[in-house]
Amino acid sequence: MTAKFKRSDGREFDELRPIEAKVGVVPNADGSAMYKSGDTIAIAAVYGPRKMHPQHQQNPSKGQLRCDYNMISFSVSERIRPGKNRRSTEISEITKWALEPVLLLGMYPNQVVDIFIDIIQADAGTRCAGINAASLALAHAGIPMKEMVSSIAVGKLDKTLVTDLTKEEEDYEGGEGPTDIPISMTHDGKITHMQLDGKIGVEQLKDAVDLAKEACEKIYEIQKKALKDAIDMGNGEKK
Amino acid sequence: MTTTEPTSERIKKYLLEGKRFDKRGLFDFREIKIEKNVSKKAEGSVRVKIGKTEVIVGIKLDVAAPYPDSPDKGNLMVSADMLPLSSPRFELGPPKFESIELGRVTDRGIRESGFIDFEKLCIKKGEKVWTVFVDIYSINDDGNLMDAAAMGAIAALRLARIPKYDEETGKVIYGEYENESLPLKEDSPVSISIHKIGNSFVVDPTREEEDLSECRVTLTTYEGAISSMQKSESEALTIDEIKKIFDISEETSKKILKEIEKKIK
Repeated sequence: MTAKFKRSDGREFDELRPIEAKVGVVPNADGSAMYKSGDTIAIAAVYGPRKMHPQHQQNPSKGQLRCDYNMISFSVSERIRPGKNRRSTEISEITKWALEPVLLLGMYPNQVVDIFIDIIQADAGTRCAGINAASLALAHAGIPMKEMVSSIAVGKLDKTLVTDLTKEEEDYEGGEGPTDIPISMTHDGKITHMQLDGKIGVEQLKDAVDLAKEACEKIYEIQKKALKDAIDMGNGEKK
Repeated sequence: MTTTEPTSERIKKYLLEGKRFDKRGLFDFREIKIEKNVSKKAEGSVRVKIGKTEVIVGIKLDVAAPYPDSPDKGNLMVSADMLPLSSPRFELGPPKFESIELGRVTDRGIRESGFIDFEKLCIKKGEKVWTVFVDIYSINDDGNLMDAAAMGAIAALRLARIPKYDEETGKVIYGEYENESLPLKEDSPVSISIHKIGNSFVVDPTREEEDLSECRVTLTTYEGAISSMQKSESEALTIDEIKKIFDISEETSKKILKEIEKKIK
């Protein structure tokens, strides 16, 4: 696990990119947040709980969560055509699954909490950044939550596990190639989202989960600080 | 979710006395802030804030075939997305009329002014030219997205650089630049929207004021002349009124142009 793999940006194998987090970035929203990890920037806005439209999707027994993940056209080198595609549709749903377990929506029958995530600049790990921003925005909006959700991509480059892949690392071609494992977990260590692309043995995959737990601890502290800062400085106030 | 009637009445009453809730004059803008290079992946990008209204605008370039009627000219594509993130009023789904109009009016403001020298964006006549994509995203809508979008587009174009192009492979090498800016004229076009509310005219409406707008006229001024114009909404204006709008636009655009130029230098 501690093999001598040299990361191109000089980070330790378990070192995160520099993180910035801030809530209250969209004044119109009920809650909002920006989460920046290295060159990846996500913003998330929460609207609701509000009445579910269309009406036939209302659930009289509990409130619902709706997520929309979107990359803006100039967030990557080759312009993406604006609008929905298969990838963003899947990530939207993954994000919902990652966050739903911590929300207490029982008291909002027939209502919906909408989360909109936009990726302003992408350098890998955008779904994780989106989930971190969304989790912050939900807390900022005052939606009842059991836990925060924190998210990180652990990767394997050739034979070495590393935390928080950049795009350059994601495209690594040496040895066994890259394995990308985005994981989201609650602060008490429950996994709400996990995906994997590549090739990795079971034992090493277990180590990867432990690495993700360590990283999520650090992210959690940053999320907590962002929320506290908003209260202390009075700039997280809502309309 | 629109502005309530008592608020509407109050806004109109105030305007007749030349007053606004935020103490601005009728032809004053809110504070304008321009932050440069908000996305490293774009060839040029900015965040524009007018009060609480915020947009981000990015420029992407790609090589494509020219249009048959302009074989030696580059292409311009302007699109605007009113993100549901930016307002409880915006919904997901195919673009609504408002965002299509926002993109098209901004497009004509740039195109018709002649601000971009499209002939210099030709790589090989009839075969390869640069396409300039201007993409506008709303981040927070507190009124007057129209003028914020135009300001953002001009500022982002000013900052944009042309990426390297490998003629042999026909591929654009993104992230590497020739250190060459876009072929732009020295003067910048500036768009100002004037709104009619009751019997008053205002610029840079807040969300509440814009809800009461009966008619919006957007004018782009370039090198001291009007280069494009759009009157929106089905409210008729008298000849005197439209002339008054031209005067307001002339006066306001000079002021705003100076302010923008200072900020994007």
